[in-house]
Formats: sequence, structure tokens, C-alpha cells
Amino acid sequence: MPILHHLWIILALPLAGSAVNGLFGKRWSQPAVNSVAVGSVTLGLLSVFELVREFSQLSPDQLPFVGNYFTWMVAGPFRVDFALQVDQLTLVMLLVVSFVGWLIHIYSTGYMAHEGGYYRFFSYLNLFMFFMLTLVMAANLIVMFVGWEGVGLCSYLLIGFWFLKKSAADAGKKAFITTRIGDYGFTVGVLLTFATFGSIDFGTIFKSVASNPISETTLTAISILLFTGAVGKSAQLPLYVWLPDAMEGPTPVSALIHAATMVTAGVYMVARMNPLFSRAPMAMLVVAIVGAITAFYSATIGLLQTDIKRVLAYSTVSQLGYMFLACGVGSYSAGIFHLMTHAFFKALLFLAAGSVIHAVGGEQDMMKMGGLRQKIPITYWTMLIATLAIAGIPGFAGFFSKDEILEAAGAGPRANFLLWLLGIVGAGLTSFYMFRLIFLTFFGTPRYDEQHVHVHESPRNMTIPLTILAFCSIFGGWFAAPHLVGGTEYFQRFLAPVFSMYAPQPTTPQAASLAGNPESGMAHNPALELAHAILSWPVGVAIAGFLLAWWLYIRNPDAPKRLAASVRGLYSLVFHKYYVDEIYSALIVRPLLWISTNVFWHAIDEGLIDGVVNGSARAARAAGGRARELQSGNTRSYASWVLVGVLGFTVLLLALYLRGAQ
Amino acid sequence: MSVVPISYYLVLSGVLFGLGVIAFVYKRNVITIFMSIELMLNAVNLAFVTFARAHNQVDGLVFVFFVIVVAAAEAAVGLAVVIMLSQNRQSLSIERINHLKL
Repeated sequence: MPILHHLWIILALPLAGSAVNGLFGKRWSQPAVNSVAVGSVTLGLLSVFELVREFSQLSPDQLPFVGNYFTWMVAGPFRVDFALQVDQLTLVMLLVVSFVGWLIHIYSTGYMAHEGGYYRFFSYLNLFMFFMLTLVMAANLIVMFVGWEGVGLCSYLLIGFWFLKKSAADAGKKAFITTRIGDYGFTVGVLLTFATFGSIDFGTIFKSVASNPISETTLTAISILLFTGAVGKSAQLPLYVWLPDAMEGPTPVSALIHAATMVTAGVYMVARMNPLFSRAPMAMLVVAIVGAITAFYSATIGLLQTDIKRVLAYSTVSQLGYMFLACGVGSYSAGIFHLMTHAFFKALLFLAAGSVIHAVGGEQDMMKMGGLRQKIPITYWTMLIATLAIAGIPGFAGFFSKDEILEAAGAGPRANFLLWLLGIVGAGLTSFYMFRLIFLTFFGTPRYDEQHVHVHESPRNMTIPLTILAFCSIFGGWFAAPHLVGGTEYFQRFLAPVFSMYAPQPTTPQAASLAGNPESGMAHNPALELAHAILSWPVGVAIAGFLLAWWLYIRNPDAPKRLAASVRGLYSLVFHKYYVDEIYSALIVRPLLWISTNVFWHAIDEGLIDGVVNGSARAARAAGGRARELQSGNTRSYASWVLVGVLGFTVLLLALYLRGAQ
Repeated sequence: MSVVPISYYLVLSGVLFGLGVIAFVYKRNVITIFMSIELMLNAVNLAFVTFARAHNQVDGLVFVFFVIVVAAAEAAVGLAVVIMLSQNRQSLSIERINHLKL
């Protein structure tokens, strides 16, 4: 079993690609850079496939399979190994990351062909793959944290890829600093974990939490601190503000990092830490509430955005909210399932949006598009499929995953009507804004400058990834189809060991019956009929959203303006994204800048520290200046000083003599 | 016969030394300064001789011979320096001799 015993190969491939391109790529031609970058991720994908094959031959008691490569650091009882692990959850993430990453590498060879810094782009992209794979394969919190921070670094580098553009450089900084707030909580959470369990190793922590009674307060604190990190990284309320700005980066980056993989790291982390979260009901409630509110809230912002990528950005924030809602109501596998389907259809949406932007010559404003359906048919069809998937139209991937989340929120063991309601309304809004995007972009009359813009379909290395992702957006959900619609729930059963191995034991008989088979037990659930009723809701709101978008943007193109005019205040509030950026700027950014400028910079740094340093230098200089005058070169002054010295000594000797005489 | 008290010699020695110091500091001509050094040396010689006589010991007298020898040698070297100075800078003013300064 070569790969299973050399898990590091999966990490080493993209790292090597990144290093080679970063060091030598500058002088190489584009095909050479391509072959290194795409070659390394292709080999990585193949080794993941090989890993899947070897994994299937492992017996369940060998899981999770841990590969411990070396001890990284030891300090007293604190010990960190560079250890990687594979279990079902890791495998799903590995497949999603490698596969979507591979497609996006291929797409980028077309999209970035005319850009400067080609080698730099691919070096960063490979480096991102390395860190993301480290994150999902880590066997302890510290190695995970390395990946966690590493993807943040790559995100920063790639958002600010066009660093000469001020808005891009600022967006990179914003992303880095905002996620830092969450990472602070995450770090404290890791430390508290170590303080509580005496280890940062996943296996040890989970065994310990399952066998020892640990106070719920501590677990809640750890869970909420770790979740803070997820809030930053996965752009949830109130730290979501960086993600829409991150759209300043190249579109493939938005697709890979800010839609499909990195932003889902928070969801993965919560799912990975499920034994802790499951024992902290308060923390679970917080996760669910934050997720549901984010899902609804950012969907409302998405309604009125006109920049095609920003609509998708808010949609990403909203979909991540659904994933956290799923984790929060205890249905981790639904969250991971939505993570996977979302990776397919959202990557597709972004790549298709990139193709649209490419076609109309760099324009991102949907108000300046329209009528592109016949001119770029492949982009149109693939994007339509992704839209149907995200809107939750039956048969497409998003339908199954979103349904499962809403079902868990509405009828699962931790069901909550308000959360379900937020989710349902959010689903309707999602459907509306996505069809609005389709109608504004591809239907109606062209609103771009037809004289100057030569609309063209993208090259084949861009359309083929679109087609493959479209295929996944349709069929990616089928192997998790619930029993209710005749599916096998293969996905849920596959992941079940990860979430049930250390699950808390139910205490009451009722809870036991509900949680008897926590992941695949929906069909045997007493709430089956309720679930049946609930299942029809998401489809209903999805169709309602579609019809409303059709009515507003196809049937009565004047209606949106009249509607906006009739609720001017609300319209302007939502259009300006609830002024959250402005509020943050006034409440946090500007006071912080003021304090930093006036207190830390001018008063402490310039006044105190520079004052002490420069002051001592100035004093030495002044003393030297005085002392220098002794050496005037004038013989007579030397003679006078000698005289002064002699007189001084005489007086001293006399004084000593007189004292001795007394 | 009355003996001149020892303090008279010492006061004279002190006065001569003080005059030498003042001349050294205030005179500008290098040769005058040179002479004031000789004056100070001789004031010290006087003090040595006085103490040698007062204590009836020969050490002070021996020291005086050394001082005279050194002074002679110094006069030879010093006058040579003065001649070179006057040739090089056409002046004997101490104000102009400030090349010890960097």
C-alpha cells in the first residue's frame, strides 16, 4: 500500500510544484509553467484516487489511519507530531479539494493566459493546494492550524494578486485582518483544548472526551472559541465582510478559494471536532443560529447586487450559513454533503461568471450585460445548471443537500422552527437572486456596447472544466439521495462512522430513539410524516423564487424600478449592504486607527521610545561636544588644563592631609 | 650668625614656580615659554636643595643633578624644535602652533 503509508506525498506534490514555479518559473514559458503546476495537481489527484482504492481495503477498526512522520516540537507535556490522518471525512475533503482544484488549475491556464505574473499565480495556487490538503489531512490541531493559516496567507496573496490596484491590495489586507480576529479565538480554543485534555491530538482528545466526564462549561467554551475561528475563515456574521471584497482577486481564485475550498474549512473544522461540539448544546445552538441568520441575511444582500461576482460572493456566505446550520442542528453529514455539492456548483458558477466576464471584455456589472444566451452557449448552459442546483430544483445536487439541511433543521433531533423558517426563506431568496442573475446576464436585450465589445465563447481549456463541473452539479447529489425519494443515502452511511464513533450517549429513552442511528436514521424517525411535509417546502420556495425573478426581470422589466421606488428606504438600506462596512469603519476601524496613530504611533513610539533613544544619543552628543573643546589644539589651553588639574590635586591632597591630621 | 629660616627658601621657591606657571600660560612667544619652564625647574631645584639641607640628606642634591641634566638635554631638543618651527611657519607665536589638533 504505497500511498497510505506515504501520505506526505499528497502534500509534497503541490508544494514542490509551487517551489519550482516560484523559484524558476519567471524565466519559463507559459507551457512550462503549466506543465509543472497542472502536472503536480494531476499527480496529486491520481494519488488521492489511489488512496481511495487503498482506503477501501482497510478494516473499520484501523480508522482513522494515522501516519506519524516526525516529532515537530516537544516542550514538557506539550508535544506536537507532524501527523496526518485519513478517515472518511478526510477522504471526502481530499476528493473535493483535489478534484475541484485540478479543474480550476486547468481553467486558469486559459483565464490567466493574458495576465502578467503568470508563474506567480500558479505558484500561489499550488501553495494553496498544499496548505488546504494539510488542513484536511492534519491529525492534530496544530498541524491543522498550519494549514488554516497557510490557506489564509495564500488567500491574501491571491486576492491581492493585482497588487498595483489599490482596491485589490486593500481587499487582501481586509481579508487577512478580519480572519485574524477569528483566528485569535481559534488559537485560544486550541490552548484551552490542550489545558483541558493535555493533548492536541484529535484521537486523544476524542477518546478522552468520550470516556471522561468533562464539564459542559469547558466544552462550550472550547467549542465557541474554535467556532470563532470558523466564523472568520468561513465568512459568517459578523466577520463576513471580507468575502465580498475578496472578489477583487482573479476569478479562478474566487472559485477555488473563496467558494469551493478555503471558506469551507470552518465547516470542516466544526465537523472534525464534532465530539466536542455534540457535548456542548449551547455551542451547537450558537453555531446553528449564526448559520441560519447568515444564510438569510446575506441572501437579502445578494438580491440587489449588480456586480455578478458579488452576487455570487454573498451567495457563498449564505450557503456557508446553511452548512453551519446543518452542523449546528447536529447533522454534520448534511453540512459536509452541502459543502461538497456547493463546491461543485459554486465553483461552476464562478468559473462561468469568469467566462462571462472574459466574453464581455472584463465587465462585471450585470446591468451592462444581457442577451448573451446565444453568443456563449456553453457558458450559458453550464451556468444555468449550476443555478438550478443552487436554487434547489429537484434532481440537481443542491436539492438533495439543501433539503437534508432543512429537514434536519425542521425535523431532526435538534429541530428548531425559527431556524428552519430562516432557512426556508433564505432558500427562496437564493432561488430569486440566482435566477435574477441568469435573466440579467443571458436574457433580454444586450446592454453592453455592441460596437466595441466582441463577445466570444471561452477557449476549450475553460469550457471543459465548466462541462465537467456541470456534470457534477447534476449528479453529485445523487449518491446521497434520501430514502424518501428512493435513494440509498450512501454518502451519509459512508460518513456515519466519523460522526458516531465518539458521539455522546443518549441519556433519555426519547433522545435514544431519536439519536439511535443519528445519521441515517431519518427514515425510521417518528417525525417521518413531518419530514415529508417539510420536504415539499424547499421546492415550493425555489419555484416561487424562480417565478418572481421571471416576472420581474423577463415579463415586466420596468417593475424592479417601480418596486424600488415604492420602498425607497428599505431598498437603499439593502442596496448599501445594511451599511455594515460603514458601521464597522465608524465603530472599529476608525477608532482603532485613531488610537494607533495618536497613542501608539505619535505618543508612545515617536514620543516615548524615539524620545528615549534619540534623547540618550543627543545627550551623549552634547557631552561629547563639550568634552571636545578640551582638545582645542591650543598649547596654552592644554597648559591651563594641566594647571587646573594640578591645583585640583593639590587641593585634594591638602584636604586629605588635613582630615588625617585631625 | 643668624640662620635664614627654611620657610624663606620655600616661599621663594613657590613664588618663582608661580611666576613660571603664569608666564607659561600667558606668554605667547615660544622662547619665553621655554624660559618659563626653566624657571619652574629651577624653582623646584631650590625646593629640593632646601629640603636636602634641612634634613641633612643627600637624596635631594642627587635629584637636582638629574634635573639639571634633563633640563640641559631638554633645552637642546627644545631649542632645535623652536628653530624648526620658526623656519616652517615664520612665527614664534604659540597661537599658531596648534597642529596637535586633528
